[in-house]
Amino acid sequence: MTAAARHSTAPSLDVAGLRAQFPILARAQRGKRLVYLDSAATAQKPQAVIDAVSRFYEESYASIHRGVYELSESATLLYEGAREKVRSFLGAREAREIVFVRNATEAINLVAWSWGQRNVGAGDEVVVTAMEHHANLVPWQMLCEQQGARLRVLPIRDDGTLELGALPALLSTRTRLVAVSHVSNVLGTINPVREISALAHARGVPVLVDGAQAAPRIPVNVLELGCDFYAVSGHKLYGPSGIGALYARAELLESMPPWQGGGSMIESVSFDKTTFAGIPTRFEAGSPNAEGAIGLGAALDWLNAIGMQHVAEHERELLEYGTRLLDAIPGVRIYGRAQAKTGVLAFSIAGVHPHDVGTVLDGEGVAVRAGHHCAQPLMERYGVAALARASLGIYNDREDLDRLAQAVRKTIELFS
Amino acid sequence: MSDLRDLYQTTILDHNKQPRNFRVPAAANREAAGYNPLCGDRVTVHLQLEDGIVKDVGFQGAGCAISTASASLMTQAVKGRSLAEVEKIFDAFHELVTSSPQREIDESGVGKLAVLAGVREYPVRVKCATLAWHTLRAALAGKHEPVRTE
Repeated sequence: MTAAARHSTAPSLDVAGLRAQFPILARAQRGKRLVYLDSAATAQKPQAVIDAVSRFYEESYASIHRGVYELSESATLLYEGAREKVRSFLGAREAREIVFVRNATEAINLVAWSWGQRNVGAGDEVVVTAMEHHANLVPWQMLCEQQGARLRVLPIRDDGTLELGALPALLSTRTRLVAVSHVSNVLGTINPVREISALAHARGVPVLVDGAQAAPRIPVNVLELGCDFYAVSGHKLYGPSGIGALYARAELLESMPPWQGGGSMIESVSFDKTTFAGIPTRFEAGSPNAEGAIGLGAALDWLNAIGMQHVAEHERELLEYGTRLLDAIPGVRIYGRAQAKTGVLAFSIAGVHPHDVGTVLDGEGVAVRAGHHCAQPLMERYGVAALARASLGIYNDREDLDRLAQAVRKTIELFS
Repeated sequence: MSDLRDLYQTTILDHNKQPRNFRVPAAANREAAGYNPLCGDRVTVHLQLEDGIVKDVGFQGAGCAISTASASLMTQAVKGRSLAEVEKIFDAFHELVTSSPQREIDESGVGKLAVLAGVREYPVRVKCATLAWHTLRAALAGKHEPVRTE
């Protein structure tokens, strides 16, 4: 197989060229070429994003929304420009439906406290699924506990797909929200969000989608999905940490009370009375992570230049390749076998604890995640304390998966 | 794979595969539980403490190779020792696994436990190595809340 054939997947995707844009991937780990297979935890940053943030600091950094001088004006334009990029990336109608937050976790917490406190009362119900990341589970647990509401769980099949057939029965007259991940961070399952939204809306129930894993891997269009809320994390989208976004339908967002109080989110303040700003500013108290937003905008531009369809195809092809490799190793079990699946490969090795797997792989220069992946209920459902997880990014290729498989075999040999 | 060989030495792999004293001693009068929530390592340490001597010791639980081997080696190291001796060994062991990888290993205080020195190159795994030891201490002190290393 030629070097070109080994590295490229779709003819239009030059993975070697893309990888060269990530300075950190030129580094060695434990003396070997770094094989970074933990993008589901966080993605590495291309030079374009690094440059955008640096350039902002060097040329345009100033206060957003407040200053009357040119520098502040241009900084504000850049920040709002980034908001428009997020709007476009997610396919939302209006930029005011995009709230900048710290990450997907904060986006979900915002909805839980601002919208949830008003709309979920004693005796009401919130539906989540058995595969949720703690970010899309714990806020709802906290809300239900506080409001005297009940959490209901949509189960999953052994192959890691949702028991969609069980959803209608879970949608009672007391159901106030369905919260579901678009893509599972452990199983890689792409959930049928459009169908779930349709089912829920037929009963007048809004839907919140945790899109943290989906947005970097597959094209997302919130209008097509039909959901009411959609949360993303910048650092998983090849952008900076500390920035994320919440999409919420304008009608909903307008009805929501402020979450954090402070500067920016107000209209007028006096000791007698304070009025609040319109959307989305109402939900962006204090000085924002402007450089983060701008870096995120650069990351989205970068992804758009590749095309999310190509990103998805690349992942799909590599997932198939990686799955074949691991399936061929006796003692390895892959968790999550959905037909609709993206580049997340959680696996166990018989007789070897995931922590040991992670360490041996580390020694081979292969970076994977080992642990409960912030999904303890999911681990329990499969009867495991922890799993190892390899996850794909735009910079991975077949050679990376070859190295993974080799390292897995070495692990088995060491522990036999 | 020289670093890995330092961590996963034959002794450690052996103790992981066939942990010594993997039982609850019949006359056990002290016990404590330990848990590392980050990776799911669980251990309970059971002691028979009499006249200030660890007459018998055993452990149960499930965890990674490092935590299991460490627990196994620990039981061998402390059986028959006085409380004062156990304390000394604990300190020496803790010192060993948290010291800089460049430092020479002083085997006099730790004996066979020196095989765990390799964990110094893998700081994230130090907690695995020390879990059983912190749990042992809790058992000796008669503590009732589960020990956690995070």
